[in-house]
This record gives sequence, structure tokens and C-alpha cells, in this order.
Amino acid sequence: MSNASLSRRHFLRVSTLAGGGMLLGFRLLANAGDGEAAAMMETAFAPNAYLSIDASGLVTLVAPNPEIGQGVKTAIPMLLAEELDIDWEKVVITQAALDAKAYGNQVAGGSGAIRSRFEPLRKAGATARALLVAAAAQTWNVPVEECTTENGFVLHKASGRKLGYGELASKAAALPVPTEVKLKEPKDYKLIGKRIHNVDNKKILTGKPLFGIDTRREGMFYVMVARPPAFGKKLVSFDDTDTRKIPGVKNVVRWNNIVAVLATSTWNAKKGRDALKLVWEDAGPLESTADHDAAFKKLIQEKSKEPGRNDGDVEASLGSNKKILESVYQVPILSHAPMEPINFFADVRDGKADLYGPTQVPGRVRTDVAKALGIPEENITVGIPRQGGGFGRKLMSDNAVEAAMISSIAKAPIQMLWTREDDMQGDFYRPNGMYRYKAALSDNELVAWHETAAALNSRRANAPDNFPAGAVANLRTDSHSLSSNIQTGPWRAPTHNVLAFTQESFMDEIAHALKKDPIALRLDMLDKAKNQPVGKLAYNIDKFKSVINLVADMSNWNGKLQPGEFKGFAAYFSFNTYVAEVAVVAIEKGQLRIKRVYAAVNCGQVVNLSGAENMVQGAMLDGLNHAWYSGITFDKGVAMQKNFNTYKFMRMKDSPPVVEVKFVETNEPPTGLGEPGLPPIAPAVCNAIFAATGKRIRSLPFDQDKSWQTPAAPAKSGLKKEPRG
Amino acid sequence: MASYTLNVNNKKYTVHVLPDTPLLWVLRDELNLVGTKFGCGIAQCGACTVLFNDNPMRSCSFPVSGVGTNKVTTIEGLSEEGDHPVQQAWEEADVAQCGYCQAGQVMTAVALLKKNPSPTDADIDKAMTNICRCGTYARIRKAVHLAATKKGGKP
Repeated sequence: MSNASLSRRHFLRVSTLAGGGMLLGFRLLANAGDGEAAAMMETAFAPNAYLSIDASGLVTLVAPNPEIGQGVKTAIPMLLAEELDIDWEKVVITQAALDAKAYGNQVAGGSGAIRSRFEPLRKAGATARALLVAAAAQTWNVPVEECTTENGFVLHKASGRKLGYGELASKAAALPVPTEVKLKEPKDYKLIGKRIHNVDNKKILTGKPLFGIDTRREGMFYVMVARPPAFGKKLVSFDDTDTRKIPGVKNVVRWNNIVAVLATSTWNAKKGRDALKLVWEDAGPLESTADHDAAFKKLIQEKSKEPGRNDGDVEASLGSNKKILESVYQVPILSHAPMEPINFFADVRDGKADLYGPTQVPGRVRTDVAKALGIPEENITVGIPRQGGGFGRKLMSDNAVEAAMISSIAKAPIQMLWTREDDMQGDFYRPNGMYRYKAALSDNELVAWHETAAALNSRRANAPDNFPAGAVANLRTDSHSLSSNIQTGPWRAPTHNVLAFTQESFMDEIAHALKKDPIALRLDMLDKAKNQPVGKLAYNIDKFKSVINLVADMSNWNGKLQPGEFKGFAAYFSFNTYVAEVAVVAIEKGQLRIKRVYAAVNCGQVVNLSGAENMVQGAMLDGLNHAWYSGITFDKGVAMQKNFNTYKFMRMKDSPPVVEVKFVETNEPPTGLGEPGLPPIAPAVCNAIFAATGKRIRSLPFDQDKSWQTPAAPAKSGLKKEPRG
Repeated sequence: MASYTLNVNNKKYTVHVLPDTPLLWVLRDELNLVGTKFGCGIAQCGACTVLFNDNPMRSCSFPVSGVGTNKVTTIEGLSEEGDHPVQQAWEEADVAQCGYCQAGQVMTAVALLKKNPSPTDADIDKAMTNICRCGTYARIRKAVHLAATKKGGKP
């Protein structure tokens, strides 16, 4: 069915449905006449909110959490399908709108979707299956135990009879829902752990409306917004005389410090926005990166009021040992820059709000919009489209609130869209920070570790109970927050994305100083933490070792590299998942080449192997990309990098030809996966660069200082004073 | 505002827009062809890539007044059933994460394969300059090679 063959009204209806997420079987529903699709859903057997089966046997599975590229629109319905025993190729997947009563916590954040859904959704599937089996057993008058299920049928093998789920649906719907159901043994999984393709592939590859930015509604205006040019500025007044002369501009409205231009197309709205004469005034400090750096330098020399952790006596140990290492690491502000620029659709009228757009937190959107509009939450609907990336940016509700306020003031349905430049000046950035490390070495081992962190707007910039805590007799962590009006927020693997770089780079410095192999050092320390733990540990030692050993095998760590190749290692624990990574690099004609990267992951049971592998590959490239190229600097409140020409991203040519991922085989419940693959790659690559050049990278992005690319003698093991990076 | 008649996906469309309107916004807002995406507006990321005759073109920075009678192909016009060899290869390699950049990646790959039916890794490095924020480059590379075996350059 092509869009062209549909009436406009029909097209809009189907588009909305499509935006809501139909894919497999979409054609079945789309080919049904007006109202039929809805009727099919309504009359279906629906033992819970997550699935329904109609009389024709069509199974509809609901994806409850926002899909931001992490694959949950595929993986969560797989959990239902596994226990329901249906033909995956024939199901319809539909994205839920916000409905906390039906679907609980509908969040994409904290690498938590699969973790929180793994058991409840398998139970939801198993419950439906039990009802269908009971209906068949009644029909045949045989014991339930004699019935089995397969691909959407209940079988009674003894008598060779079978009935389709569709035939049983109405009978099953009348039966009492069991309170206890038995879940499959992992050995019987048919879907979980297999490679299942992204359910939206077809739509993605044919350009169907799928994302928030693709929303088109009757009577909708396109909106561009002028917002403060710097943090610390506020709007005094504006003149829209020239704006209103631009064809297609229909209205200009102000809300707080923003001015929105409503027009009949995006381009006209942008021209109107750009033609506004805006008067701004200073309303707070206009901060620069240099100010932050100066403040960080002071802070990292100070102890915080309360240490995050304080084992043994760090000061005494650092004072009494001869071999002391000290290094200062630094990371820049990062923008999230999801590929789909910030947008939201809002139609606010008669005390009600209809919202549709990219968000990782639809529940928070509803609460915050209700507060801003002064209307009850139950008057607000929030639809959830597929999203062009999240990375933590869409944990904020600012886009929805802005769109709702503009729609409310202008009394019109609108789609607000930010330009990339708006996004880079209006992000809730990954905080910049400085991290000072001191270590004491004695008798061929690490005896003291002191970490002092200072970061922007960060209540706690440490993960105090993470490795190496537990393996070092004297260990202290201090943390300082530098308060700023530059807004910050969670960025993929918050805090961990920095700590992995700083800690695992410094650990590599320690390995070199101790003349120990970096992997052997980690394994020795983990053994020590197991045999004589110091204080409490946040991590499991055997699982940590499982990934380190696996990545050593995968990368042939103890084997020989090709001439000109150098390797680096890092491992990190976050979101209950263990990841160890190895990077092999070469410097070719002065250019860094990442030849191969390897990740070994222990995340419990993998649900979708294809999606999980893609996620870890992507996380590695995301981490590598930002470590290599990306950083935002501020000058008097203004972001100096405004688009992808200066806020650089990796392209295909920089991408490693080999990106290998392996998962430790286990049937333990799943742990986080969207984020944990990212933290170890920056230190793995930087440690490899050190091996190649003798230059220790202590400041990111490493492309800013190319001195490490000049040919130099490769590092020799041993304690070595090299200039700060 | 001015009138322009465009040849998009082998269909004629007449639009009334400002002459400096980038082709991207004509496609998305006037023709409702939303498969072509906005990412940066300065021809950096390639999410807006369409075919201009047989060449990849970043439609976010190309004014509608410059299109003339040249043939524009968008992701919607690549095949009737979504079964162009490059689309098939992208499905087989299960490339997409968020999926937002992939229409542009596919169009860039189609243009590459039209010129060079069996590209090497170095050819792919040179031609595939679109940004994938999710980092699917390894699978994109695999899919381009796969498409080459399916004669992805043939229309």
C-alpha cells in the first residue's frame, strides 16, 4: 500500500499509527478498512496490557519502553513471544503510548529496560500461553499436562490434534487468569539469545514516517525558536517586524526567554526566527572553560568534606613510600548531539494537551508539562515515536515543555524543531572535570590510591566502591562539584564514561611503573581483593575476571602483533555489567589507525544477540569517537563548537575494520547493556597509543594535541616521567 | 515565493516556496517525503543525502532554485517494494540502531555502487563520509560489501 493511494485523512491516521510503531504485520492492519484495525484490537484475547490475540490468530505485542536505538522495541517483545510460543515472523509489534497504570516505568535510561522487563514480561507471555493451553484442554477434554505449544498452536500429540491460538482466543479470554506460571528453562529458548533483526528495519530502509520529526498533523505549524545566545543571558525585548514580512510566517510568540516563530514550513520558520531583533541582558555569570580549569586546578588539591571512601591511611602511605606516581587527567564538556535534532509536537487546547515526540522519560514529560500548563496530568497524552538517538539528552523534558507552552500561547498545534546550532548551545552537557591521582608503590605492588575529582555540577564525581577499591590497602576518593549556570546532565554512562578513562589510564601507568603486564596486574589485584578484600566491594570478582580472560583470548593478548602494531587494555564495571576491551593501533604516516577493537561482556543472559552485539559495537565507537574528536569549550557562556564542522565526529575512515564483541555465556538475569560498552574504550585506545608512542594522553579529546602522532620511540616498561598531555 | 517543478522519484511536482529553500525542506514539508532526514543543515552529517541524477547530494544545503530538471531520487523512490539490493543488504546485516542516519547512508552507498560496483575497503572509507552517531560503521561496511555481491549499483 503506497501513501499516494490514501486519502489525506487516512494517510494521517495511518502515519500516526506508524509513528506509534507498527511494523511487522503493519500491512495486515493497514489493509484493513477504516475502523477494522481498531476493532480487531478491541475484540482480541488480551490477558494483560502487553499482548493480544485476535480470532484470526494475529498476535500483537506491545513494546512499552521508548526506543532510542538501544533495541528494546525488538528485545522486549521477544520476551513475550518466547514464553507465548508463537511464530515471531507473524507478530505485530506496537509501541505503547505513555500509560503508567498499564506499563509501569516506561523509561529509556540507566541501562534498565531489559533488566526491569525480563521477568515480568516473560510471565505475561507465559500467562497467556497457560490460558490458551487450558482452553484447548477443555475443548478436547484432556489434562492440561498432555498439551504442548508450538508456533501459535496448542498440540495434543497423543491424539494428533491441534488448535491455533486464534481459534482458542475467545475461550481463553473467559478463563480465570492463573496466579503462578512456570517459565521456560533457558535450554528451551527459541528466541532469547538468538539473532533477531530490528523490527523497524523495513520502515527505516524505505523512509517511512517513524520519528518524532516526521510528525505531520492537520493544521500544524512548523516552529523555530530563538533562545538565549549564551548561558547567563536573558531576554529583554524583541522586534518581529522583519519576521512578520517573511512569507508563510503566521505568528510570533514569547515564553520566558524564548521567542517562537510559527510558519507554514520549517525553512520559512527558520528565516523568520533568524530575522528577529532580540535584546539580551546579562542575568548571571558568563563562564568560560578557562575559568573552570582554573577552579578545577585548585579543587583537586583539596580534600572534600566527606571522602567517598577511605580505607587504611592514604596520607601515611603516600608519605612513607618512595615510589609515588601522580597524574592529572582532564575531560571536556560533551554535547549529546543525537542525530535527530531536538523536536516535539504539541497540541494544547481546551485544557488538554496532546504530545508526541522524542523523550526517554514520557512520564516526566507528562508531569512537567502538567505543571507548566497548570492542567491535570490526566488531561495529557504522550505518544512515543522511535527516536534518532538519546544518549541521555532526552532524559530532560525541556523540549516537550517548550513545545506545549508555545502551542498553548499560540493556540495552535505545532511541531517545534531545533537546529543543530540550537542543540549545541542548549544541551544539558556531559560535565567537564579534572581528576588527580596519586599512587604509592611498594614491594612490587600498589599500596595506596588517592583519587580527587572535580567536575561541573556533579554531586559525586567518583564511583567509590568500584575497582580498584577492595584491592588496595590504602584508598581514598574525594569529590568536588563546581557550580555553574552551564546546564549539565546525564550523558551515556554518566560519571563512568570519565572514570574509566582516568582510572584505567592511571592503572596502565601503574602497570608500566611496576613492570607488569596490564592484564596480569588487574588479575593479580582481583585475586587479592578476593582473598583479602579491603572493605566492601560493588563488583563480583569472578565475573570481572571472566571478561578479562575472555578479551585476552579474543585479542590474542599474549601473542605477537604485526610489526608497527601496539595494544592497550582496559576493563570497567558499570550498570551491573562487566566489560573488558582491547585496542590494537598503529601510527601510519603520522596518522592514528585503530586496527582492531575487542570487547568481552558479561551482562547476564543476552536477549537479542544481534541487537546486543550492535549495541556494544556502537558503544565502543561512541566512546572512541568522543575521546578522539569531540569537546565543547565555552567562551563567556557561548559554546564555541556549534555544529559537526567543529564538534567533530568519527567517520567510516576512522572506524576500526575489526570490531569484535563476545558475551560470556550465562543464564543469569540480564544486567545493563546500553551503556557499559562505552567506558573502557577510551582508556584501551589511549593505553595503546602510549605503547605506540610513549606519549600518555591525559586530556581529551586526544586529537587536540597531535604531538603524540609524531614518530617516537615506543615506550619501554618502567617508571618514566613524560610530559603532561 | 516562486514556483518550481521538480522531478522527484520519477514524478513531477510543482511547489511554491522561497527560492533559497533547501531541497531537504521541500521534500519533507511540501512533498511529505520525510525519509530524507535533517541532521546538521551544513552538509556535514549526510542524513539528508539524496541522489541528484546519479550523484550523492546533501539536500540540506542545496537550494530548490538550483534543482531545475535534474532527477532527484529519495529513499522512498529507491524501489517499489523496499527490495533494492542496498536495502536488502542493510536488512541482512541488521545495520540500524536508532536508524535515523540510515536513509542517508543507503543513498550514499547506492551512489558509490553505481560508480564502483565492487568497492574496496579504501573506496568505502572515501565514499561513505556520513556520520552515524550510534557507531554502526562496521555493519555499514559489511552491508556495502554485501550489496556489491547483489549488484547494488544496478537500479
